[in-house]
Amino acid sequence: MTEQEILEGLGEIVEEIAGVPAADVTPAKSFVDDLDIDSLAMVEIAVAAQDKFGVEIPDDQLKDLATVQDVVTFVIKNTES
Amino acid sequence: MTARSTASLRETVVVTGLGATTPLGGDVASTWAGMLAGRSGVVPLTDSWAERLPVRIAARAAVDPAEIVGRVQARKLDRCEQLALVAARAAWADAGIDDIDPERLGVSVSSGIGGISSTITAYDNLNSRGWDRISPYTVPMLMPNGAAGWISMEIRAQAGAHSPVSACASGSEAIGYGMDMIRSGRADVVVAGGTEAAIMALNIGAFAAMRAMSKRNDEPERASRPFDKARDGFVLGEGAGILVLESLSHARRRGATIYAIAAGAGYSSDAHHISHPAPDASGAIAAIGRALADGGVSAEQVVHVNAHATSTPEGDALEAQGVAKALGSAADDVIVTSTKSMTGHLLGGAGAVESVAAIMALRDKVAPPTINLEDLDESVPLRIATEPTPLTRRGNAPMAVLNNAFGFGGHNVALVFTTA
Repeated sequence: MTEQEILEGLGEIVEEIAGVPAADVTPAKSFVDDLDIDSLAMVEIAVAAQDKFGVEIPDDQLKDLATVQDVVTFVIKNTES
Repeated sequence: MTARSTASLRETVVVTGLGATTPLGGDVASTWAGMLAGRSGVVPLTDSWAERLPVRIAARAAVDPAEIVGRVQARKLDRCEQLALVAARAAWADAGIDDIDPERLGVSVSSGIGGISSTITAYDNLNSRGWDRISPYTVPMLMPNGAAGWISMEIRAQAGAHSPVSACASGSEAIGYGMDMIRSGRADVVVAGGTEAAIMALNIGAFAAMRAMSKRNDEPERASRPFDKARDGFVLGEGAGILVLESLSHARRRGATIYAIAAGAGYSSDAHHISHPAPDASGAIAAIGRALADGGVSAEQVVHVNAHATSTPEGDALEAQGVAKALGSAADDVIVTSTKSMTGHLLGGAGAVESVAAIMALRDKVAPPTINLEDLDESVPLRIATEPTPLTRRGNAPMAVLNNAFGFGGHNVALVFTTA
């Protein structure tokens, strides 16, 4: 999966769950500050991302995933091995 | 009289906004038109889950609330919360309050059962897919105070958001609580009412296990027949009703249009049986008497009763006898209706939707009919409207309408509204 594919996939998830247009889900955006996503929606997004990308996102690492790029990087790192 | 002097000292509460979404229509206008036309909202349940149940009819909301609140919000709100939000938005818009201190704005919206469908969905997910596949919104979706919380956020109400739960009296009790918030000075405006969305297998199965529901599956539109000899139980409905309650002084300051005065609320508890009403209707009689005393309203002022009458053999007859006793000789001239003949029984939404109907009856001076009443039970000593019936004032005092709501647990609530 390319970085662009992960970004697009994440955009689809965020649009489905939080109603934010996928086009607005760009790397520098903060989920809380820019996309107005609360902690409960973030849990839903993480679970959907785990299913879509086949990665495990432990709860203690989820809180560190503040931006869209953070999630993309996490997925890349954890699907390489 | 003590009740009168108390009533004269405190804030008068008026109704300045109405909202509803019911089996007859997605708003107050269509619901009221449906009631006056004597239309039934009861339909067959064609879902596969209904096949194994003895009851396969219900009164579905005419407009799917998820379509109105939108996909993203619908994921986070149980259907009962969606219905309440739709009705609250309509009531709030109707009241037209542009500017209010959030600290002076309250919410009192309840549900009898809460997010039962969300509870079952989450439990199914827990068993089939595991705890981490349960929606993180499950708790706010299943709690019966969820609707009050969502509405408080929507209109930014910070005086308090409450949900007094009393089964099928919940909606009326929430209105009474809202009246008290204004009378006690805690708020100038309160968005108050009730909601329910419980048309699902467990709930129907459970009420059927009590032998409380109509099994007239072949004739859905004729199944809810309050006061009729052939009634065989209630028909489950879903929907929400919301009133905007406001202190008279606040309403006058902003030149609001006033539908009615929310004059009195009366409560009692049977302390008799968890689901059967007291056999002498003493609880209902007490609640009605206390509501009239609370509002300083005489029995002679009452021109119309929107009865709780759910179409159960026992409940309808006892309520009718209770109303007759509570109003005494004045009962002979009162036009009584059960709009549940058309909407089905909305449980925690019932008292609120029926308060909306009672207020519309007061405004238009017409009582909606009780449909399917073909053969009046002779133990019912009241005039039941079978067609839209004009309401006329007796004497010079303002016209009053009464709305009854009773809930399992022995809860009795009566509300009295008068012309402004």
